[in-house]
Amino acid sequence: MGIFDKFKRGLAKTKSVLKTDVRDLFKSEGRLIDDGFLDEMRALLFKTDMGYDSVEEIVAEVAKNFRGRVVTLEDVVATWKDKLSELMAQDASPISFAQNGPTVIMVAGVNGAGKTTSIAKLSKMFVDEGRKVVLGAGDTFRAAAVEQLTIWSDRLGVDIVKEPQGTHPATVAYKAVERAVETSADVCIVDTAGRLQTQKNLMAELTKIQQSIRKLIPAAPHEVLLVLDATTGQNGISQAGKFTEAVDCTGIVLAKLDGTAKGGVVVAIRQQVGLPVKYIGVGEQPEDLALFKPAEFVDALFAEVGVEPAAE
Amino acid sequence: MFEGLQDGLGSALKTLRGKGKLSESNMRDGLKLVEKSLLEADVSFEVVRTFMSRVTEQAVGEKVLKSLNPDEQVVGIVHQALIDLMGPVDHSLHLKGKDEVTVLMMCGLQGSGKTTTCGKLGRMLKESGRKPLLVAADLQRPAAIDQLHVLGEQLGIDVYSDRTNKDPVKVCNAALKEAKKLGVDVVILDTAGRLHVDDELMGQLTNIDRQCGPDQALLVVDGMTGQDAVNSAKAFNQALELDGVVMTKLDGDARGGAALSVKQVTGVPIKFIGTGEHLDALEEFHPDRMAGRILGQGDILSLVEKAQREFDQDEMLAQEEKMRKGEFTLDDFRKQLGQITKLGPMQKVMGMIPGMGGMMDSLGDDVDPEADMKRLFGIIDAMTAEEKRNPTKVIDQSRRRRIAAGSGVQPNEVNDLVKQFDAMAQMMTAMAGKGIKERMKMAREMQASAMGGGALTKKKQGTGKRLTPKEKAAARKARMKEARRRKRGG
Repeated sequence: MGIFDKFKRGLAKTKSVLKTDVRDLFKSEGRLIDDGFLDEMRALLFKTDMGYDSVEEIVAEVAKNFRGRVVTLEDVVATWKDKLSELMAQDASPISFAQNGPTVIMVAGVNGAGKTTSIAKLSKMFVDEGRKVVLGAGDTFRAAAVEQLTIWSDRLGVDIVKEPQGTHPATVAYKAVERAVETSADVCIVDTAGRLQTQKNLMAELTKIQQSIRKLIPAAPHEVLLVLDATTGQNGISQAGKFTEAVDCTGIVLAKLDGTAKGGVVVAIRQQVGLPVKYIGVGEQPEDLALFKPAEFVDALFAEVGVEPAAE
Repeated sequence: MFEGLQDGLGSALKTLRGKGKLSESNMRDGLKLVEKSLLEADVSFEVVRTFMSRVTEQAVGEKVLKSLNPDEQVVGIVHQALIDLMGPVDHSLHLKGKDEVTVLMMCGLQGSGKTTTCGKLGRMLKESGRKPLLVAADLQRPAAIDQLHVLGEQLGIDVYSDRTNKDPVKVCNAALKEAKKLGVDVVILDTAGRLHVDDELMGQLTNIDRQCGPDQALLVVDGMTGQDAVNSAKAFNQALELDGVVMTKLDGDARGGAALSVKQVTGVPIKFIGTGEHLDALEEFHPDRMAGRILGQGDILSLVEKAQREFDQDEMLAQEEKMRKGEFTLDDFRKQLGQITKLGPMQKVMGMIPGMGGMMDSLGDDVDPEADMKRLFGIIDAMTAEEKRNPTKVIDQSRRRRIAAGSGVQPNEVNDLVKQFDAMAQMMTAMAGKGIKERMKMAREMQASAMGGGALTKKKQGTGKRLTPKEKAAARKARMKEARRRKRGG
């Protein structure tokens, strides 16, 4: 299944809702771009969670281009897309693998963002690419979190390093990397317990986990992925900022994009923190992970408006 | 930020007033700030819109425009309107008598915090003398059943699960039968997280609802949810006719505007909020406090309530008596600080004090209030009894050096502490015997003035102003002149 199909499948459910909304803006052929129109447009854009500043920028752009003119839906949507792509300003950004030795990937995020499921999906992707994976069950805090990851490792047939609940996660991380080196695995994914970005001690713990990984491989972790729930609102900016401060995140995995939420806060995050989106989660199955392609994301956001993107 | 909003409004309206009369259109400009603040707090756009039109009507009234402090008035109107929108409160789970079984059903999106909330509710019910049973009806997520069992064990609460059954409807039915056997009086169904657009799973939820007939269907909503909160809440409400909402993860810095959206679209009360990962972190929902939070104001009432719970009342009275007599010593100061630390992590405590939340941010990351607190304790502990009793008079340079060496700090930190204590003692003495309202006012004033120097304050910074050579020469000349004058005068 093409990545774009996955995108569309995820967003298909929202189509009917938005379609009517956007079509309502254009009752007949073309419409005069006036304050009333701009305000209705504002309402639509806000629903994506892209944030106040991004919305106002897009509205200003449309106003600048078309105010006082009668234009068609396609004209306006093209401007939205252009401006949004400009705001996103990133290319597809897959995992960058280490030159030699295992590539260590650390996964972090707030509680319930979807870290464990995302790890399962990443593992599946690596296994399908023919890479050998070791998982580190670093969430030793939440009840049954280790069991949850173990079940996934069994299903996917990958190695897992685990310690009893309550073990310091830095120990688990160290041992996982150690195992990856010993067994000459290609990828080592280290899970961490969910934590709110305002919990200073827990954020310091995260830094410590990172440091313990570096004891074995100084250049590791090669990727630090922040898992972000697509339903998250403007708090996502704070999450991205504070997690990046603690462990230098390299990118975002945008989970749960198969609901009605659009995950637009990544636009605001890109603007304010600079963190790019690497992958998106579009379902509960292990294969429901796709490389994030900005152009397609933007297209998919507006696909329901009736402007079909060019085929892949 | 609440102060931020008020300041913003204040300055916006002031500049407008400076240009002439405060008019309706000027006021509308000021209200844009309110709108922005709400949107940044993740209140749904539609809700913001209806809300703003209601508030605007009041704000542009004669009474506000002609008042002396329109900015305060506007913030007041907004605050009250938010409270009205989120109220009325209903914290009751409407439990039936202990001889009957009350069924509570939890539902929500994946990762909203259902299982943890089940544990918290179970704990709360057990504490109030009930006998709850947790039911593992989440057969979707790997190890969800284990998670509930672990929680049940921690809390000493029975957990029902059936790993062989793949149908949650049957599991719930069997659990209800089991409940009667076990003699429990509340059953909490922990259903799997599901997307509101997943028709199949939503249908399953409706089935559980129909067959088990829960007395209360509670929706668990992540407090960090954005604009999408309206969509999911609407769908769950249509499928289940919700009775209440629990908002989770509100111990972070999310402003929680989703509370407004959810209340608006479902019409059911928000009953509880989750404020931490620990199983006792479940609090009753208060619209007035939430309103403050959405506007970025602190949560002073929760703090006061917590303080009343945690502080040793006798100790408090004894100290107040001392203050009134002006006998407040560093020892008492240390005791007070100790009581404050009992309230929880300083970050959290400070965040609850209006205006302090923002200040904590401005302190930057190199300031760690916990460590600061410990250092203060260290300094005080390094003093003699006499020094503690009368620090301002007794502590001279050599004593200061000794205390600093004894507590591993720089001498100027000892000085800062003494200064801060002095300012505080004066204020405390003045405060003793006054009502809570006056005290809060004084505390605010102190915040503005006395926070110079000492711990928990901004690091010293340059004034950013360097004297020009000309100014330096002038200053030198003045100094010389003064010296000469003194010499002459003898």
